[in-house]
Amino acid sequence: MIEIKNIYKKFGKLEVLNDVNLSFKKGECIALIGPNGCGKTTLIKSILGMVIPSKGDILFNEKSILKEFKYREQIGYMPQIGRYPDYMTVGQIIEMIKKIRNSDQVLDEDLVHAFQLEKIVDKQMRTLSGGTTQKVSATLAFLFNPEVLILDEPTAGLDPLASEILKEKIIKEKEKGKLILITSHLLSELDDLITQIIYMQDGTVHFHQSIAGLLESTNEQKISKAIAKILKNKSNEQNH
Amino acid sequence: MKKLLYIFLFFSSFLHAHVIEVGANKPVKSIKKAISLAKIGDTILVHKGVYREGNIVIDKRIVFLGKGYPVLDGQKKYEVLSIKADSVVVQGFKVIKSGYASLEDPCAIKVYNKSHVVIQNNILDDNFFGIYIQNGKNCLIKNNTIVAYGKEEQQIGNGIHCWKSENLQIIANTISGHRDGIYFEFVTNSVIWRNISTNNIRYGLHFMFSNDDAYITNIFKNNGAGVAVMFTKNVKMFNNYFEENWGDGAYGLFLKEITDSYIIGNKFSKNTSGIHMEGTNRIRIEKNVFEANGWAMKIQASCVDNEIVNNNFIGNTFDMGTNGSLVLNKFNTNYWDKYEGYDLDKNGVGDVPYHPLSLFAVLVENNPSAMLLFRSFMITLLDKSEKVLPSITPDNFIDNSPLMHSLPL
Amino acid sequence: MNRIIKIIFLDILKNKIILAYTLILAILSWSSFGLEDNSAKGLLTILNIILFTVPLVSILFATIYLYNSTEFIELLLSQPIKRKKIWLSLFLGLSLAMVLAFFIGAGIPLLINAPDSVGIMMLIIGCLITLVFVALAFLSSILTRDKAKGIGIAIMGWLYFALLFDGIILYLLFQFSDYPIEKAMIVVTAFSPIDLARIQILLHLDVSAMMGYTGAIFKDFFGTSLGLLLSFSLLCLWIIIPFFISLIKFKNKDL
Repeated sequence: MIEIKNIYKKFGKLEVLNDVNLSFKKGECIALIGPNGCGKTTLIKSILGMVIPSKGDILFNEKSILKEFKYREQIGYMPQIGRYPDYMTVGQIIEMIKKIRNSDQVLDEDLVHAFQLEKIVDKQMRTLSGGTTQKVSATLAFLFNPEVLILDEPTAGLDPLASEILKEKIIKEKEKGKLILITSHLLSELDDLITQIIYMQDGTVHFHQSIAGLLESTNEQKISKAIAKILKNKSNEQNH
Repeated sequence: MKKLLYIFLFFSSFLHAHVIEVGANKPVKSIKKAISLAKIGDTILVHKGVYREGNIVIDKRIVFLGKGYPVLDGQKKYEVLSIKADSVVVQGFKVIKSGYASLEDPCAIKVYNKSHVVIQNNILDDNFFGIYIQNGKNCLIKNNTIVAYGKEEQQIGNGIHCWKSENLQIIANTISGHRDGIYFEFVTNSVIWRNISTNNIRYGLHFMFSNDDAYITNIFKNNGAGVAVMFTKNVKMFNNYFEENWGDGAYGLFLKEITDSYIIGNKFSKNTSGIHMEGTNRIRIEKNVFEANGWAMKIQASCVDNEIVNNNFIGNTFDMGTNGSLVLNKFNTNYWDKYEGYDLDKNGVGDVPYHPLSLFAVLVENNPSAMLLFRSFMITLLDKSEKVLPSITPDNFIDNSPLMHSLPL
Repeated sequence: MNRIIKIIFLDILKNKIILAYTLILAILSWSSFGLEDNSAKGLLTILNIILFTVPLVSILFATIYLYNSTEFIELLLSQPIKRKKIWLSLFLGLSLAMVLAFFIGAGIPLLINAPDSVGIMMLIIGCLITLVFVALAFLSSILTRDKAKGIGIAIMGWLYFALLFDGIILYLLFQFSDYPIEKAMIVVTAFSPIDLARIQILLHLDVSAMMGYTGAIFKDFFGTSLGLLLSFSLLCLWIIIPFFISLIKFKNKDL
């Protein structure tokens, strides 16, 4: 569904993405992991068209997204840190996005109810805590029933209860056959969600494997341990 | 008026003065013939029609009347009417197309060295000169409409041209399209009253070496260079309107070498310069209104002992302009709309003096192109700081008792 | 697009600064018109508002608003909307609000107290100047990510056009006063929108003075219908070019 072809991105002299090639298919739930500053968010923003790659191309349903915008109708995006106009209320934000999208699709308001956003509809965004803001971001991402969900650190800042609600929602959507892309650095949280894993470092993809394949090749039970093992091997190779 | 005239004519016939009628179906067909037939004191009554008789000379004391504005056509070749007798009356003619642009200045009507001539209620159209009084005395020029279509100064003469004359009355004429509307040179003890002089190529009124005259309640509008009064003393200029004289070197009133005169109760409106003064001494400028002029007054350094009192200065771009720093003129109790002082004792007179000369006016005098920057923020700042601490503008250029409210003029 | 313009427009109208701006303009205009029985003083006040206050408030408010809308712009970008549309909507929403503020604050007293060619001229030019400085704000805010720097650029831009530019012209005029530079000066004024606006108003407000001396040269150029058309087109270019540059930059900006 999404194909990333030889993407490069430089911010000034800093190379953030360096020849990234990836492809994602429907029904997959992909974890994008890696240390801080490895280019995860830049990659996601490239897919969303917020960052324009210096080189390379990104295909969405086999069409280039460069200078396109319509494809974003099929993406729900939950940013790492949601930033909203300070003086708008929760209700106004949701209303505004509805107006902008102007879609006649049936809205998916599961999360509105699950997070009990009805209670804070009249609160201004600047008065909300980080966690509550994340709830709004999550709700907006799922609201329009998109084919692709891009979630940047979705559970960071959420309380365990909300985190659990979100996870359940993700699983539910995955089962509907949607493509879900999650970045996170807390691997344990993702164990029961993901089907594939991508590890990035210094702007390049270290590996891209299915969970089953990963566990098999490393003879480990847990994803985190499997990854640790791979990384260890790699660093050993480099040292030799 | 006409009835009175006929009654007068009726009675005059008893005084053995005859009326000779001229017209297409009258016994006398030609004006020249009628004049030759006429005796002193007779009346020649010319009926409606077009008369092309070249130069008509009136050399007898007669009354020359037109009925229904008969046309005297000079065919662009001749001086139309030459008056060479005293006490001639010319009335009710339409005089057109005098000869033009030659050495002898051909006119519609010219008076040669005579007195008590009356020229009234005529229409003069498309002539080189309109009415020309040469060395005349006690003449009356009244209610004439004088129109020409001049385009260049050299190609057209003056509307009413008076030279070396005295005791003239120029009353209620309307003049347009000539070089100068009214021209006075060496004319004394005369009055110019209720005339309207507009759209002339050079001056509405041109006034030189003419002492002891008055011009009162005239309108001078939209003339090439306004009104010029030069080399003269004892002129009285009362209640005139000077309007819309626009252009480089155009003035409402241009004064040069004038002494001991009065400018009272006039209105100067929308002129590039309201009054421009050079070498002008002992003039009293009082109760005038200066409104929406580029410069209300330009007083050159050669002017001494003039008094400018009780005038209204309203909505002028600049109130004053000057080329020097020496100020020997008095300003007192004028109303300046740009005055920003206060009046704590409520006596109607501002408590701080007013400096009518702005820094920018001085800058523009030195460098006219700076006009481009007028009303820019920077110039406003400069002007304000100059008002607080005068450094370039002469500090005795001052009205010590500016009025808080405009005078009812 | 209309939906986004409406959202931005309504958001700005709720802004207290824009309300204060409108109110201050209205107080200044009404009081200066009410001060005297002729409209000359009121017109001068509005002229100074157009040449001074309007550019400053337009460029500052728009720049700050744009920086404060970074989050909003990011939010919009993740939605299926063209970048061009976002930027254009922001511009139109801001412009509309600023022009409305000027119109209510200064335009209405102008139309009531001086409903002649001068008044209408000032109204049109005031609106154009608002648009020019909103456009310049878009340019200054796209040049840098740093809010403080962006506001600095905006203030410097305003200072340049309101004050420094005229200072340079004055300097040139006196340096080259022995040469016939009037015509060259006409060309130079095209490089400052405030000067273009000022001269157009001057030709109406101080027509008597502008008819004399070198004024006549400016009158002959700017006063003709061709000159009028040209100055208005130049003002429009001052709107289009800065905004267009900012639009190109925005299209390639990473957020």
